[in-house]
Amino acid sequence: MIKRLGTALAVLWAAATASYVALLLAPGDTIDILVGDGPDTPEIRTKIITEWGLDRPEFVQYLSYLWRLLHGDLGRSYQLQRGVGEILATQIGPTVQLTLAAAGTGVALAGIIAIVTAGRGRWLRGVTSAAELVSVSVPPFLIGIVLLSVFSFTLGWFPVSGAQGPRALVLPALALGLPVAGVLGQVLRGGLERALEQPFAVTARARGLTERALVARHALRHALIPALTLAGWFTGTLLGGAVITEVLFGRPGLGQVAMQAVTGRDMPVVMAVVLLSAVAYVTISTLLDLAYRVIDPRIRG
Amino acid sequence: MTSLVTVEDLRVSFGPAEVVHGVSLSIEPGECVAIVGESGSGKSVTARTLLGLAGPGSAVQAGTFRVTGRDARAFTTGDWRRLRGRFAGLVLQDALVSLDPLRTVGAEIAEVLALHDVVPRARRADRVAELLDAVGVPEPRTRAGQYPHQLSGGLRQRALIASAIAADPQLIIADEPTTALDVTIQAQILRLLAERRAAGTALLLISHDLAVVAAIADRILVMKDGRIVEEGPAREVLAAPRHDYTRSLLAAVPSATSRATRPAPDLSVQALAGINLTRSYGSRRVVHDVSFALHKGETLGVVGESGSGKTTLARLALALLEPDQGHATLHREPWTQLRERERRPLRPRIQLISQSPLDSFDPRHTVGRLIAEPLRLPRAERFARVLDLLARVGLPPETAALSPRVLSGGQRQRVAIARALGPRPDVLVCDEPVSALDVSIQAQVLDLLADIQAEYGTAIVFISHDLAVVAAIADRVLVMKDGRVVEEGDVEEVFTRPRHPYTQALMAAVPRLELSTL
Repeated sequence: MIKRLGTALAVLWAAATASYVALLLAPGDTIDILVGDGPDTPEIRTKIITEWGLDRPEFVQYLSYLWRLLHGDLGRSYQLQRGVGEILATQIGPTVQLTLAAAGTGVALAGIIAIVTAGRGRWLRGVTSAAELVSVSVPPFLIGIVLLSVFSFTLGWFPVSGAQGPRALVLPALALGLPVAGVLGQVLRGGLERALEQPFAVTARARGLTERALVARHALRHALIPALTLAGWFTGTLLGGAVITEVLFGRPGLGQVAMQAVTGRDMPVVMAVVLLSAVAYVTISTLLDLAYRVIDPRIRG
Repeated sequence: MTSLVTVEDLRVSFGPAEVVHGVSLSIEPGECVAIVGESGSGKSVTARTLLGLAGPGSAVQAGTFRVTGRDARAFTTGDWRRLRGRFAGLVLQDALVSLDPLRTVGAEIAEVLALHDVVPRARRADRVAELLDAVGVPEPRTRAGQYPHQLSGGLRQRALIASAIAADPQLIIADEPTTALDVTIQAQILRLLAERRAAGTALLLISHDLAVVAAIADRILVMKDGRIVEEGPAREVLAAPRHDYTRSLLAAVPSATSRATRPAPDLSVQALAGINLTRSYGSRRVVHDVSFALHKGETLGVVGESGSGKTTLARLALALLEPDQGHATLHREPWTQLRERERRPLRPRIQLISQSPLDSFDPRHTVGRLIAEPLRLPRAERFARVLDLLARVGLPPETAALSPRVLSGGQRQRVAIARALGPRPDVLVCDEPVSALDVSIQAQVLDLLADIQAEYGTAIVFISHDLAVVAAIADRVLVMKDGRVVEEGDVEEVFTRPRHPYTQALMAAVPRLELSTL
């Protein structure tokens, strides 16, 4: 466990360093960005340089960046002239809401699809496989546009944009969750079908178990193991997809913040978002490792 | 008294392929019926059909199909389900995979109790412990909380049997219940099944091994290609088999007679020797101070149960694993002490044949490519040599173009032998080379190895858990237990007059066709 924690810290440090190097390599002069549209005189420039500590050697700047990170200080936004921590804190809520809703939608849909279609006839499987393939191969923004045009513009069931109330969450969560459902559904079904052919499934049937109970009590746990492996990948998909989905549906959130920061070369914000993704990634993969141990006694050692 | 099961003209097909062609059988209360046959004979499908579990995509037809007097052809899914576990319990080959590996054995047994409402919920934990105790599992309460992989092979097979008898069925269907077990454990499990039968439970025993069923079956049915070719009281079938196939099954049980026809080993030429070989994995010593010598044209059998260090010894002999202490020599020259770079030119002289050739083949290669790979020959000669080798192991030249996946187990092992012979080795290390094969195929592969030895004077290290197989092919034998050699000597001497108590226990546990008592 201590080893895991060490690895997690190392990953975070690597993410912080990589984004710092990216900042150094980024085209454009930091001072230009800081000056922005304001008055531009040599005096102002000198003031900015001393204020932001840009006259120090790069390595010292890097160390002081790490030092501030350790104290939870993410720096100040170039554009908004506010603390990055403060900006993220106000925007993180809607994004967490969206990703959780999307993950929930994806997992629930995948579970239903897998359980209903596992081991069934060719026709049903063909239809769901095709649907899964479409949901995986079509990019989320296109799914989002189709959902918007059908359910918002034509039918008017859901609001077109914004984040007011649970109704506004339905379409973005679907757009983001459908690709997850597609992949996860295929993996879960494959896992279920493999488990249902195992000797222990034969033994369980020979005890008088119904197929439904066999799936619920035995096969599902076996199918979860390969599905968990994918969950790490979902974290990436969901975080990346959230940016696009938020922009498309006009939702506030980290996605919007990240978009504006990237286009405006607001590097402290970009770096903070990268770090935050790394934290999310590391946390989730640690949780997944724990989940493996709960599900599969054979790797408890 | 009504029969437990009566079927007449049972036919089972999967799609267009019929795999059981008109089988008739009946099981009376309290009797033990055995179905014997090789893989693909339809014996397992027949047994499972009696529980309505022929498998997905199967179609079952029968002239008569009665279970406890009721017409099973009219059974609904629910009718079958109520019978399963309650009327008949199923025991499969390997409890490591036949019990759910993600659940405790106690949970598996309790599931049967809950399904058939055998005892009230509050009593279930006690009943699980009683059942485990009844099948001879020590510390039943602790064991009930453990997972299959935490139990030894014998204990988890007992737990599987406990789950099969939890609802007190009238019939136990045991499909190869001891095939995955060591011989001493096999004897214990057979004794346990015999005890259940003595207590009044009928037993349907499915096996590929006539010797296993000989000890407890009342009646034997011999199946081949989906048909019953012979049936009768066990004594009659074993003592006076009427059908050729039964006779060939009995004859195929390896015996020491084939050894007499081989030329004697040349004791003046030492091929391979191990000197005080010792190897540990972590703190566990797997091979402890093992010495042996192998001569030209000689076969050294290495017997022992799983975990005795046989395979590690094979790896040490092949110099695939560095010994912690001791060394091995090849033709009286340093072998394990060389650096791998110096050893590589000598590697063709010692080759390996493993239990499961399919795992040691690249499944994407053709047979021809597999055999050609170790050959250091110009391209033009290589193909001719591949065909030679195929002919030598008795395979037609067309095999070269096939994928190993489409071959039968026996054919694959022949390919493995052909590949090992390619570099013209003087030493073959065979690790359980026939353990995955049907008994009649075993005999063919053993004959092939003996022929090759007679022709080329190859020295063979023959590792097996199966004493009968070793007795048939080896000149001398090492008996291993917990990494040590407990007994060694001439194979006949060791097997007829074992001195070490462990060898004696091994010999006593071997199931025999007790023809002398008939």
